[in-house]
Amino acid sequence: MQVNHHDSRIADLFGSRSGTLLVACTMAGDPDFVTSIRIIQEMIDAGGDMIELVMPHSDPVADGPVMQEAVSRALDAGMNTDRFFSLISEIRKGYGTPLVVLTYANIVIQRGIEQFYRDAANAGADGVAVADVPLEESGLFIAAARNAGIEPILFVSRTTSKDRLEKILSAAGGFIYLVAAMGVTGIRGGVPEETLVCLREVKGRTGLPVVPGFGISGPEQIRTYAASGADGVIVGSALVKEIAQQVKLGCDPVLKVGELIRRLKSGCIVDSQC
Amino acid sequence: MNEPTRFGAYGGQYVPETLICALEELEQAYRTIVPSRAFQTEMEYYLKEYAGRETPLTFCRNMSRDCGCRIYLKREDLLHSGAHKLNNALGQALLTKAMGKKRIIAETGAGQHGVATAIAGAALGLPVEVYMGVEDMGRQSLNVARMEMLGARVIPVRSGSRTLKDAINEALREWVANVGDTHYLIGSVVGPHPFPALVRDFQTVIGRETRDQILEKEERLPDVLVACVGGGSNAIGMFHAFLKDDVALFGAEAGGEGIKGRHGATLCRGRPGVLHGTYTYLIQDAFGQILESHSISAGLDYPGVGPEHSFLKDEGRVTYQPVTDEEALDSFFYLSRTEGILPALESAHAVALARTIADDLDDDGILVINLSGRGDKDVAQVAALMGGCR
Repeated sequence: MQVNHHDSRIADLFGSRSGTLLVACTMAGDPDFVTSIRIIQEMIDAGGDMIELVMPHSDPVADGPVMQEAVSRALDAGMNTDRFFSLISEIRKGYGTPLVVLTYANIVIQRGIEQFYRDAANAGADGVAVADVPLEESGLFIAAARNAGIEPILFVSRTTSKDRLEKILSAAGGFIYLVAAMGVTGIRGGVPEETLVCLREVKGRTGLPVVPGFGISGPEQIRTYAASGADGVIVGSALVKEIAQQVKLGCDPVLKVGELIRRLKSGCIVDSQC
Repeated sequence: MNEPTRFGAYGGQYVPETLICALEELEQAYRTIVPSRAFQTEMEYYLKEYAGRETPLTFCRNMSRDCGCRIYLKREDLLHSGAHKLNNALGQALLTKAMGKKRIIAETGAGQHGVATAIAGAALGLPVEVYMGVEDMGRQSLNVARMEMLGARVIPVRSGSRTLKDAINEALREWVANVGDTHYLIGSVVGPHPFPALVRDFQTVIGRETRDQILEKEERLPDVLVACVGGGSNAIGMFHAFLKDDVALFGAEAGGEGIKGRHGATLCRGRPGVLHGTYTYLIQDAFGQILESHSISAGLDYPGVGPEHSFLKDEGRVTYQPVTDEEALDSFFYLSRTEGILPALESAHAVALARTIADDLDDDGILVINLSGRGDKDVAQVAALMGGCR
């Protein structure tokens, strides 16, 4: 039913934005299926503008320790690709918030590339990003995404050559995922100057929204990206670390996730854009 | 598919965007620097004067009599460092210098590639950091000590299954973070393009020498070649010079505990998928999660395999067969006592498979085993398994 609304959900959100959008990222099924659904609902209720939901893979080469541990918790609790799509369907029963999937190539390939994107669309996802599929390997993935009405989210980084950048910008859909830090996902302080240069450069070359992710964990960093023209920011490890800490303490992580979302959201409002 | 980054359908570059620039740079170096006369001259110098090439092709009198055919060993165990890994480590370390990079990182399973990289780094004045799963550090403590004595830093990997697979993950992550000044010196014909081709090219010296040596000794090519396959670098190195010839090629995979148990027989029992940047056969579940492999030998304990082997399997050019832990252990003792040569447990898998293939050969049939490494590193482990000796 939701399939028909897809193409526009991400574009509508960015088109109607007042301020930089917060993309809240979490690991599907961490710490378990039911809690994971409540966490995602809280992320939206507390002000998250878009959800990036990670389908865990056993060997996440683009991820740091926080996400790696979340992969273990989710897989140990029984997350798999079937349940992943069920989880998205559950969210969709109550929310029309844009939702993008992040995963790794082998998860998509083992389901069948076309099948994965069709299942994602049927469950109600709006976009899919595959962390280890660069432009060079993206042909079948982008074609399957287009066939299913899913936005193919592609990555750029400050090491992306001009030549490749043009090709990526013309092949991508939804938004451009700007890899903000060299290295893996994780919590870092500050904002690298080179990333801001790259952000402005990419903004100048595309009409698609540009959204930095990797190493963004606090409102100060978000303000800096917002001031440089970021259309949104992706926060993952900081949220997942909060979940891990609460789980370790034996507490319900939902409350703290909501608090953190509100704190992050305070960095998203920039006067010049209001 | 016939793309330059692939072997048939296998291979490719499944890496995060941030690594593409490093792979492009490496590809450029592979195409321009490696074939250059200056590079080849320096490479030959190090292989001959430093590493001790060429390695002998030893005729095994006792084993030949016992097995009923003519059996030779290609003695990579006699290469400096005790295994074939040094061919590649020296090649890539020289390339690191030629590319102007300042630092080398590597992964290791059994520790042989870590030792080879530590040696190459020391010889060429490059700092080396080696990622190693804590599980493997326990099994191969002698090699950990060797790496440290050679001046390398060994970084324990505690994520995932804490073995070779996870050491490669960590090395890739470290490379992503420091692509500017760091070369990732991968130890086998695995990983994203151009690594499988680059590492192969540095190992094909094994097969080229073998070809010359057997022609000199027997005045004809062998009937059968046998090598063990983990990632598959020694096997590709041996097979490559014979791919177009009428020579039967056999790869021995880690059969581990046997038919029902845990194993490392990726080609025999896996299915294609993506791991560590390449599309190849993998040990995985129905959803694409990578499963833990198992082998008595740390060097074969890997749930993936080089993409060129996947291609050669599908083409039917190479026959891959599993050899169990028990069979490998038996052949470890067999070769030690029959020929006075302690094989690495990895190479013992090839010896075991060769013994079964020998049954089908006539008295004048010629079989060459690639003895990829020496067994000194495995002495403590084997002694512990046997409760001393047997």
